[in-house]
Amino acid sequence: MAQEHAAPIHGEDEGTTTGLNHRKMLMWAFLGSDCMFFGSLIATYLVYQGKSLEGPLPIDVFDIPVTSISTFVLLMSSMSMVLAYSALTKNNMKGFRIWMISTAIMGSTFIGFQVYEFSSFATHHVEIDCVNPGELTKYEQHIFDDGCSSGEAHAESHEGLKPQTNLFGTTFYTLTGFHGAHVTLGVVWLLSLLLLSFKKGVITPEKNLDVDLAALYWHFVDVVWIVIFTVVYLFGVFPGF
Amino acid sequence: MSTFPISIPRPVHPTGIWNWVTTIDHKRIGILYGVTAFLMFLSGGVEAILMRVQLAGPELDIVSAAVYNQLFTMHGTTMIFLAVMPLSAAFFNFVIPLQIGARDVAFPRLNAFSYWTFLAGALMLKLSWIGGATDAGWFGYAPLTSVAQNPGTGIDFWIISLQILGVASLAAAFNFIVTIINMRAPGMTMMRLPLFTWMSFITAILLVLAFPVITVALIELTFDRYFMFNFFNVANGGSVVLWQHLFWVFGHPEVYILILPAMGIVSEVIPVFSKKPLFGYKTVVLAGAIIAFMGWMVWSHHMFTVGLGAVANAVFTVTTMLIAVPTGIKVFNWLGTIWGGSIRFTTPMLYSLGFIAMFLIGGISGVMHAVSASDAQQQDTYFIPAHLHYVLFGGAIMAILSGIFYWFPKYSGKMFNERQGKISFWLLMIGQNVTFFPMHFVGLDGMPRRIYTYAGNMGWDFWNGVATGGVLILLIGFLLVMDNIGRHWKNGEPAPPDPWDGRTLEWSIPSPPPEYNFEEIPIVRGLDDWWATKQGDSYKEIPASGGSGENGHNIHLPQPSYWPFVSAAGLFIAAYGVVFNDLLIPWGLAAIGLTIGFVGVYAWSLEPVNDPEEDSTH
Amino acid sequence: MSQELSAEEHTGHPTAGQYFRIAVILCVITAVEVGVFYVEFLGHWMIPILFILSASKFTLVAMYYMHLKFDHKLFTYLFVAGFILAALIISFLLLLFGVYS
Repeated sequence: MAQEHAAPIHGEDEGTTTGLNHRKMLMWAFLGSDCMFFGSLIATYLVYQGKSLEGPLPIDVFDIPVTSISTFVLLMSSMSMVLAYSALTKNNMKGFRIWMISTAIMGSTFIGFQVYEFSSFATHHVEIDCVNPGELTKYEQHIFDDGCSSGEAHAESHEGLKPQTNLFGTTFYTLTGFHGAHVTLGVVWLLSLLLLSFKKGVITPEKNLDVDLAALYWHFVDVVWIVIFTVVYLFGVFPGF
Repeated sequence: MSTFPISIPRPVHPTGIWNWVTTIDHKRIGILYGVTAFLMFLSGGVEAILMRVQLAGPELDIVSAAVYNQLFTMHGTTMIFLAVMPLSAAFFNFVIPLQIGARDVAFPRLNAFSYWTFLAGALMLKLSWIGGATDAGWFGYAPLTSVAQNPGTGIDFWIISLQILGVASLAAAFNFIVTIINMRAPGMTMMRLPLFTWMSFITAILLVLAFPVITVALIELTFDRYFMFNFFNVANGGSVVLWQHLFWVFGHPEVYILILPAMGIVSEVIPVFSKKPLFGYKTVVLAGAIIAFMGWMVWSHHMFTVGLGAVANAVFTVTTMLIAVPTGIKVFNWLGTIWGGSIRFTTPMLYSLGFIAMFLIGGISGVMHAVSASDAQQQDTYFIPAHLHYVLFGGAIMAILSGIFYWFPKYSGKMFNERQGKISFWLLMIGQNVTFFPMHFVGLDGMPRRIYTYAGNMGWDFWNGVATGGVLILLIGFLLVMDNIGRHWKNGEPAPPDPWDGRTLEWSIPSPPPEYNFEEIPIVRGLDDWWATKQGDSYKEIPASGGSGENGHNIHLPQPSYWPFVSAAGLFIAAYGVVFNDLLIPWGLAAIGLTIGFVGVYAWSLEPVNDPEEDSTH
Repeated sequence: MSQELSAEEHTGHPTAGQYFRIAVILCVITAVEVGVFYVEFLGHWMIPILFILSASKFTLVAMYYMHLKFDHKLFTYLFVAGFILAALIISFLLLLFGVYS
């Protein structure tokens, strides 16, 4: 034991200068670094906000109620994650596995919402009644002006929102896409840990670091979404922005 | 053990080349870094020589304009990412664990992964010469990098290799942050850390925060090039200035990433050869931290002529001038250390003194174009290469050479030839001034950067000829350095453990250090602890217990591993797959590479740091 | 993980019930955010209000779910350094691009 103690490369967090675990410290440094990654993507999105030359714009495609639900799901997955970790430290393996599965399911649900959202944006289609157009967004007005000039009954948009369509598409898909990729990686990570937990002695109440790190990552992905939801979605449809 | 194992999980006692491929010993990885980076430095030097030959006289036609563009782009990218950064990384690897009294870094396998990934990125960039290298400048300004302007694969290679090098740098930086915080010997508080370790720590933090920005910028550029996104597409409202901002938000901290380790080396060498403790240790640490923080607030001084407006230019002028203050403080600290010391003018000391002088000149010309009005005259003229070579060659490279000679006895276990070392120093010192000082003149005279030739009646030919002559002196100097190091690494006199009468822990162990570094983990009682020990201070005693074993036989070291190499190789294949994404199956090669990389990382994460069964056999 | 450390964690960390209550607070804040968003008379005041609301969600998750409140301060420093710097860079860039004007 004395030998073990003196060789710092050996133990998990015994023998380190601060008494803190190497890997946990690396994880936090990584999360700090990842802040800069998402920060740069968000900066790009915000710099280009309102600079798109043509539609569709956020106000045309965003569906706040739907995104609110997927936000809710991701928030709940964070709770479920922390409960999984808590159950593990209390030696409640059954509870741990149930909460892990539910976290992974909620994460996958979030991804499902995102796939639905992306595909509905990409196929976004407007049809405007030329006689009685009602209240129109800038983009719809543009379609109205283009399509209703020669006395047709209806005007239609030609294409939905793709990354190539305008700056909004480019920045929106990149930012939320990288967030989605983070969530997907997180789901894979959680499921791997779940499988490993069936192997004897790999994940135990004492050896909970692997779960702890995955949980940190998962919560980080959640807080990034908290920012994206406000900055991209809510500000995005705000008329004065 | 010579075949690649599929079922064997662990290389136990590999020999020959496998010994190096699977090594996770920080000292060996440091040597791998150093040798590779020096070779890359030479390749960047060859590119520079070709440029200087082309510019030796007016209207020469030795290389074409197209090749010239590739030369200066590759020269810049090589020197920054493949030479100076990894040469610093070589010292991080070799020196930091020794200075803090550790047996290895916090994540030995991640460390091996950093090196192999660096090698993958370096090879990738250099191999792009086949088929046309990148030619948009090391900063790759949009829209020079767009598919419309630049349809070849050169830019793609540049993007992907920078991404891979980014992975390598990030992995190394995380590793060293944790190592320095968490692997210090008992009693080695943060304010007792040797200066080189301190500056490396600050550098690692800068790396961790700066690299994600360039990663994002490169991702955006990739999407523009591969999938017709609009990030830098002006036709759809994109802004090319955004690229410049993102690039320099990364690029300016990068400048400090290059110079802070150099300052660290100088801060080690000068006290040792002046026989005095560093003057104002705390001030130097604090100045380094302030430089790191302020380095984030000056990036737009690279963009004074873009037209950001008077307010922005004024603000960035002021912040840029302010950052000269902590830098100046350090220079005074070094001078204060030398003052009244008993100075030994050895080769490493000469290089460090050369650093101070050259870096000072580079700093002064830097303050000149910190003034945005004056920068408007100097932007894109040869004045800027003059400035940056005084900072990066006269600064970073001189300090690195100082480090190469200073730690030579430690990593090679041999002594170099002092006379030859001094001669090479003077050759390099004269050579760089002959090469780079005339660039100030032609720059102020209006000669633009990045032109492949010039007319004979511009009045630039004399000083250009002189500059090219200077390169010849530099070449001879470097040949002498290489001869000195290469020959004496093999046949030099054996080095004693502490040839320089050093102050820090690395000099308390044999040269070269045993695999486990310290037989007993030292207990540190103060700054410059080894020096105090040698003075016979009674407060320092060798610990009776708390050591790790007798004669190193019972010291458990992490075992070699194949997986870091496999993961890096997967990344390399994937990178090629991204550039040549239509080979046979679209994106097929990239998928294969990613799979190999994924398998490597997965096997690595399931592999214990030490194989318990193997442990019992020692 | 040593025995004392995990024992410390047991005592220092919130219980499942507390985690659940935090989740309820998070949901309420999100509901308020979406609600505020439909209140038109708030005008430009909406932006700072939404900022504060989402910042408080961020802080709650970081402090309780990520245990920053109970862990070593060093972890907070490592994370917050990146976060603050990112926020600064975003603000600088927006200023330089004249988004506020």
